[in-house]
Amino acid sequence: MEPIIELRNISKKFGGITALNSVSLEVNEGEVVGLIGDNGAGKSTLIKTLVGVHQPDLGEIFIRGRKAEHWNAKKAREAKIETVFQDRALTPQQSIVWNIFMGKELRYPLGFIRVKEQQEEANRIIREIGFTSKLIDAKSQVGNLSGGERQGVAIARAIYNDAELIILDEPTTALSLIETQKVFDFVNNIKAKGRSVLFIGHNIFHVFDISDRFVILDRGKIVHQLEKSDVDSPESLIKIMKETVEKGE
Amino acid sequence: MNKEFTINSFISENSRPLSSLFYFVLIMTIFFTASPEVFFSTKFHQAVLTVYPIIIFLVIPLVFVVTMGEIDLSFASNFAFASWIFALLIKTFSVDPFLAFLLGILAGAFIGVLMGCLVVYGRISSLVASLGALFLIRGFLFVVSDSKSITIIEIRKHWIYDLLVGKFFGFPMQFIWAGIFVIIAYFLYHRHVFGAHIHHIGDNPESAAQMGINVDRTRIFCFMFCGIGAALAGMFSTLVNFTWWPTQGFGYLLLALASVFVGGTPTWGGVGTIFGAVFGSGVIAYMETGIVAMGWSGLWRQFFNGLIIILALLGHRFHGNRIR
Repeated sequence: MEPIIELRNISKKFGGITALNSVSLEVNEGEVVGLIGDNGAGKSTLIKTLVGVHQPDLGEIFIRGRKAEHWNAKKAREAKIETVFQDRALTPQQSIVWNIFMGKELRYPLGFIRVKEQQEEANRIIREIGFTSKLIDAKSQVGNLSGGERQGVAIARAIYNDAELIILDEPTTALSLIETQKVFDFVNNIKAKGRSVLFIGHNIFHVFDISDRFVILDRGKIVHQLEKSDVDSPESLIKIMKETVEKGE
Repeated sequence: MNKEFTINSFISENSRPLSSLFYFVLIMTIFFTASPEVFFSTKFHQAVLTVYPIIIFLVIPLVFVVTMGEIDLSFASNFAFASWIFALLIKTFSVDPFLAFLLGILAGAFIGVLMGCLVVYGRISSLVASLGALFLIRGFLFVVSDSKSITIIEIRKHWIYDLLVGKFFGFPMQFIWAGIFVIIAYFLYHRHVFGAHIHHIGDNPESAAQMGINVDRTRIFCFMFCGIGAALAGMFSTLVNFTWWPTQGFGYLLLALASVFVGGTPTWGGVGTIFGAVFGSGVIAYMETGIVAMGWSGLWRQFFNGLIIILALLGHRFHGNRIR
């Protein structure tokens, strides 16, 4: 079976700094891939290139075996790849409705928005993700929400669009324990539905619990790829990581 | 849901346009009580109502641009550029005025697209880029027209004159057109993908790009819309006066900008109000004429204009600062 997305020898430079050095990576159907690496390893750059926010300098991207031409963020979303970015990619002064449907508004012909439908859908979604506060409804400004709630909106947006691959970039950073558990439940939920997840984190304990496969990124290069059966505990994963990083130095 | 709640939520959701309406009513009340004889004469209102639509054509697209986190000053020169095309086509090339009108809109849109490209691809701040264009276009017009005006008195006999700036039961037609323009703009702003994207870009352009919004194209479209508004304003002004002149539109530069902010659209982008801008334009349009009509010396006009802008903006601060 063809992988949902495959990167081949992707390189990306910012000025004189090499952020990605010939990175090859694939995500198959129904698997949860954990991408780990230290701060500055290039995780976010890799994600942004993967979903078309950055253009690679070199290398190719294949979507379900087909080469992607002029890959951009819009095409990624059309290919059913949704991303929960580290900065969440929300617009704080806009309502929850507008944020959930950002870039993928429900439309009538000529580009007019199905305002009522969006409103109803958004109300349903925020109930689903468990916003209990009576003060919050679909019209509330995102800027008035807490960190966890904002993350909830970003995740809700990804689920709503019925993605086949969901990319979560450091989704548990700055979240409380309960909120973190909610994110895990969510990942297991989408995995159970046969969808794929690319999970990025620097908390190895988080990544270890939910991933089927690990990819270790170090200074713009993929230094290791492991199946879960190759490692018995997060501690041994940390050990492997340390060794490969030291070998690289 | 009880009634009180609906009124409250209406007020809180529309606080910006409502407070602009408040300033408008306040100004009108002051004028009416100060000199009722002038302010109850229809002649006075007719004079204001011919200027008011022109300000609206300029101000509404500016609300879009400011919401998008940009600014466009070039509209004041584009105003004269588009109407120059319009007047020149009619006068020198004997083009049918209706066709000339359409080509005038196209000319305005073209300048707008150029502005957009300058900002998007030239990566110049829109303030500086449009300031440059403001002078450049005006300078171009002085040179090509040899600083001479163009009179198109014959337009009076054409149906387009009656349709655009004639009287409809004594009511100036341009007011109806401005009204239609406002309604279309309202739907574009609040219920159209274009408006939604403009809000997102003004709020956080990186987020918008990450969510697959074509930020560059939306920016260019927005400047184009501003060009179309300027063209409409310019041609309506030319029609009302039967004359194009090279300094046309310059006086609207600061008035239109003031109307946007008095209307309750903040400077930081991401939020704004169409109806607020309509009331803001009303405040500015009536101030211009009202001060003199009240029997004050015209020398006071700018002073009061400044005062009302500052007071209105202090008032709008109650809507809070930017949420991040």
